[in-house]
Amino acid sequence: MTLLSIRGVSKRFGGLQAVNDLSFDVATGSIKALIGPNGAGKTTIFNLISGFLPPDSGEIVFGGAEIHGMSSCQVATRGMVRTFQHIRLFPKMTVLENIMVGRHVHSRAGFLAGMLNLPFTWGEERRIREKSFEIMELLGIVAHAGTEAISLAYGQQRVVEIGRALACEPKLLLLDEPAAGLNMRETNEMGGLISRIRDMGVTVLLVEHDMSLVMKISDEVVVVSYGEKIAEDRPLSIQKNREVIRVYLGDDA
Amino acid sequence: MARRYLPIAAFAGLIVAIQLATLFSGTAYYLTQLTMTAYYSLVIVGLCMLIGYAGQISLGHAGFFAIGGYVTAFLTTCNLNLHPGVIVSLLGKSGALVARPDAYGGSLLTVHPWLACAAAILLTVVIAYLVGGPVLKLKGHYLAMATLGFGIIVYRMVLGTEFLGAADGITDVPGFPLLPGVLITGNSSARVSNYYLAWGLVILGMVLLLNLIHSRVGRALAAVHGAEDAAGAMGIPTARYKLNTFVLSAVFAALAGVLLTHYNGGIGPSEASVMKSVRYVAIVAIGGMANLWGALSMSLVLNYLSLRGYFGTYDDAVFGLILILIMLFAPDGLLRRHLFSDLKRAISRNPVEEEAP
Repeated sequence: MTLLSIRGVSKRFGGLQAVNDLSFDVATGSIKALIGPNGAGKTTIFNLISGFLPPDSGEIVFGGAEIHGMSSCQVATRGMVRTFQHIRLFPKMTVLENIMVGRHVHSRAGFLAGMLNLPFTWGEERRIREKSFEIMELLGIVAHAGTEAISLAYGQQRVVEIGRALACEPKLLLLDEPAAGLNMRETNEMGGLISRIRDMGVTVLLVEHDMSLVMKISDEVVVVSYGEKIAEDRPLSIQKNREVIRVYLGDDA
Repeated sequence: MARRYLPIAAFAGLIVAIQLATLFSGTAYYLTQLTMTAYYSLVIVGLCMLIGYAGQISLGHAGFFAIGGYVTAFLTTCNLNLHPGVIVSLLGKSGALVARPDAYGGSLLTVHPWLACAAAILLTVVIAYLVGGPVLKLKGHYLAMATLGFGIIVYRMVLGTEFLGAADGITDVPGFPLLPGVLITGNSSARVSNYYLAWGLVILGMVLLLNLIHSRVGRALAAVHGAEDAAGAMGIPTARYKLNTFVLSAVFAALAGVLLTHYNGGIGPSEASVMKSVRYVAIVAIGGMANLWGALSMSLVLNYLSLRGYFGTYDDAVFGLILILIMLFAPDGLLRRHLFSDLKRAISRNPVEEEAP
């Protein structure tokens, strides 16, 4: 089963063809990694998929519906949530509050209900809290529930950001360099966490530079260079792919 | 829950204490300015919601205040006897009009204040949506300038419109019969009841806003304020939430305009002036931006001092100066959560060591 399908997507910034006629699929329940040298257009691809940028041409189909041209908010409502390369937690809010924001799409109290503190919101708030604590327990960050999120150590901020995304109960989780800035132990833990997330039934698409992590956890890998796909295969085959080696190490290697 | 409503009770106690103090010191005439302060405070807390919690500036809220005040003033003073027609007779039959004698013994037929108030709020909502939609796409000082432009337009329009009294404004606005036996009016005989009525409305407004802050929407607004793109990626419709908050704060301002106009018995173009908008922003800023209680307490003190004339001819200058000083030295506001710990740190010599766990 295909959850996400990228079909002939292109994006140009002025004179730069950032993404060129790119196509690949993400199968339901898999971990797929998107790799490539710096400037290959990986983050642009993420932005196109998650509705942060509209593609110039091509189709993006998610869960059977075309989502290209939708806003990031609409895409999130449909069950696709992302994290950011540079962590974007909500400042002045605790870890608990950050994760509670993730429950937004699964709750409905609006302005009027909020102002009047209508009884139906009480139960809703309680369920938001319970679910958020469930997620913090899963991630082992309950002890930090009341701490301001951006005052945590970098590695833990990443975990909180993933927790916030998980609170949305996404079908597809996009992780933009989840191991960036993490030490080796933290990277290992992150790998374990991503695998566990997949085992929970969440499909994962990640951009990552740490090759040992990518090779260990991914079911499939897509390699892009200068905005074009040059390979798509299982991790072991990718490691032996001549074109991939050439792109990463140069012609003489 | 108790943490949210306990300060409300304390504030209500303060309001009672102030009234008792004026009673025993024989200074009941202070209550007039204190009542006016209450209505201005409604603008302030609504604006505080917009600036502090949704993170959007508005330098045009005096415009919304004036729209509310002028609509109700016009509708409750325009003599419909002079404009007979189908609509007027229909309105008359449905009980939406009131007849009363005018100052010269003639008869006056005007729109009922409740209907006028509803019209004022409705018009404000429409204008706020029309203005806010495009304007809230701007950020920072572009947004400030666009809202400033809106305020100037309203000011020049009321100043240049003949039927709104031009530079004189509109006078002889009747009282507002809010409930049977409860009249919003500046008559000294109703001074105490109007004082409690006005502050009661402020407290009601505070309850609504405090509830909102602690709700799902309040969390979403804080998220939009903190990291807008990430909030959008969590499925929060950021543009709609900002717009709704803008309209909400505009309604607070317009309602204050309506009520104060009935209390004062009139409104003039100075209520729409840019310096009024600057004053509102200055009070929110000194109150600590994202601090409803700070904004309210600063509004109580500063509006009262201003209305009693303590700042003399420097009235506008004082608020301009406050805004400059706050922006320079305390951009997070004077009254805020970590004020005391920040002060302690500033006084102690080893700020870094204190931070270490």
